[in-house]
Amino acid sequence: MKETLSVRILGAEEGAFVDRKVDRAYAHDGTGTQTLAAYQNFITKNAGVKSPEKISIIYDHIAPANNSTTANLQGRLRSFSKEENFSFYDVGSGICHQIMSEGICLPNEIVVGADSHSCTLGALGAFATGVGATDMAGIWATGQTWFRVPKSIGIHLDGKLSGHAEAKDVALTYVRNLGMDGATYKSLEFIGEGATAMPMDARLTLCNMAIETGAKTGMFYADQLTKTYLKNYGVEEKKISLQKPEDCDYEKEIYLDLERVEPLLAVNNRVDTAVPVTRYAGTQVDQILVGTCTNGRYEDLQRFANIVRGKQVAVRTLIVPASKEVYSRAAASGIITDLVNSGCVICPPGCGPCLGVHMGVLGEGELGLSTANRNFKNRMGVGAEYYLCSPSTAAASALTGEITSPDVLSKGRLK
Amino acid sequence: MIISGHAVVIGDDVDTDMIIAGRYLRTIDKSVWVDHIFEDYDPCLAGKMNGAVLVAGKNFGCGSSREQAVVALKEAGVRAVIAQSFARIFFRNSINYGLHIIEADFFCEDGVPVVYNSETAEITTENISCKAAPLSTRMQEILLAGGLAEYLSTKVQDDDEDCNC
Repeated sequence: MKETLSVRILGAEEGAFVDRKVDRAYAHDGTGTQTLAAYQNFITKNAGVKSPEKISIIYDHIAPANNSTTANLQGRLRSFSKEENFSFYDVGSGICHQIMSEGICLPNEIVVGADSHSCTLGALGAFATGVGATDMAGIWATGQTWFRVPKSIGIHLDGKLSGHAEAKDVALTYVRNLGMDGATYKSLEFIGEGATAMPMDARLTLCNMAIETGAKTGMFYADQLTKTYLKNYGVEEKKISLQKPEDCDYEKEIYLDLERVEPLLAVNNRVDTAVPVTRYAGTQVDQILVGTCTNGRYEDLQRFANIVRGKQVAVRTLIVPASKEVYSRAAASGIITDLVNSGCVICPPGCGPCLGVHMGVLGEGELGLSTANRNFKNRMGVGAEYYLCSPSTAAASALTGEITSPDVLSKGRLK
Repeated sequence: MIISGHAVVIGDDVDTDMIIAGRYLRTIDKSVWVDHIFEDYDPCLAGKMNGAVLVAGKNFGCGSSREQAVVALKEAGVRAVIAQSFARIFFRNSINYGLHIIEADFFCEDGVPVVYNSETAEITTENISCKAAPLSTRMQEILLAGGLAEYLSTKVQDDDEDCNC
């Protein structure tokens, strides 16, 4: 059998419509509020929440609340979650996808999140996808939902990353190759020796941006590395089933030579516009943001800290750990102190300013560099621009106050 | 079902941030989304939504999963959205919220009257006729019920025949 991971997990042929119970469903303070409103309008013959033990609510988008309206909406969902015995993660716990990746979601599970970046969990070999609020309300009511089994695109990763190129640059590369709708309704499967060698933080970054090509999900095969990663979060070994890569029948295959990936920027309001960082070298930057569900993990903070440690940033720089766990690790290892001493601002775990509503929104005419996944017009500040980059590019640029490729570090041109 | 309205023509890759910006999401007052619809794309569009059939390019509704994008369109009086292609979460949200969406290679001038027949999946204007991609049976059932809430409320939910998994 040459079945893709999506086919194996959903258990039906490509194109088929299937009803499936979900193993884990989650929403955040934004979509969760909408889900609650939708759910309360449902009159089903199964009154009540079907499988509350499978449902999580994580406050990450505007956490802590920025005004009374938000606080009141969050209060309602908080009370409801506790009444229904949902797994509830309050303000400061971190970003929903990151928390779900820390020992909760497992290989072969069907995971649905009310957030488009739920595809992040495909890094663990789960079938993970995003839905909207009404869909999620349906899952609360019935414990299941429908899927169309996607066709898959195989993305072969060959070779090794070199210099200061990172997983984020690989993500920007494949998004550029496919375009913003190049994989609509499809699943991306990352395969090949380069994929096997990718550490988990890199896998999560690559799967996170699958939605930026329109994909339903992005996936890695659960392997020994996945097992070790999950065991470190206390998951029992018997619960972690590995997935053997097959020579699958992909609708399309893309070959990406990691050796040739270089530090990139996505510019001008589109995610698929990646250009070498060097092309914009010297452009003045007003703010740097390191965090979000793309690049707010411990390894991202570590890469950033390794470059700025002992020096001072030349521009306002916000660091947002992706979760309490990431924050705690970074504090214990001294990274947080190093970053504070370098002049960075540490924000509470969560989405930070990515949604454009609080804590770091840019002013008109300003330019920001962000490790996030979207640079849509006005998203992080009306009249502002955000370019997307890796943590290392963010670090090199933070030190100079202008767009700077981290590759200049190796060449000794960064004081 | 026959759906008709005046065409409002917009471009490719219109994301959900463009339909309703993140800064307006923290409310459950739908009128706020109606007031600010397409604000970052073209503020003039808000006044054209009532009774409109949106005619978009490819990848309409890409980006965030925010259902408020669909709610804003429907509440503003948009009768249907015709696009060359849709982003999948937006597509699903539209069906679930009972907003008619039609995938077709259809182009017309802004403002012309457009008629869509959901039974024949045919789009017509005074000068053009175009066949749309049919929806799956499941999607049609949900849409015809008026949305997922209505669909689930009429469907017998039986524990014993949940699904085959």
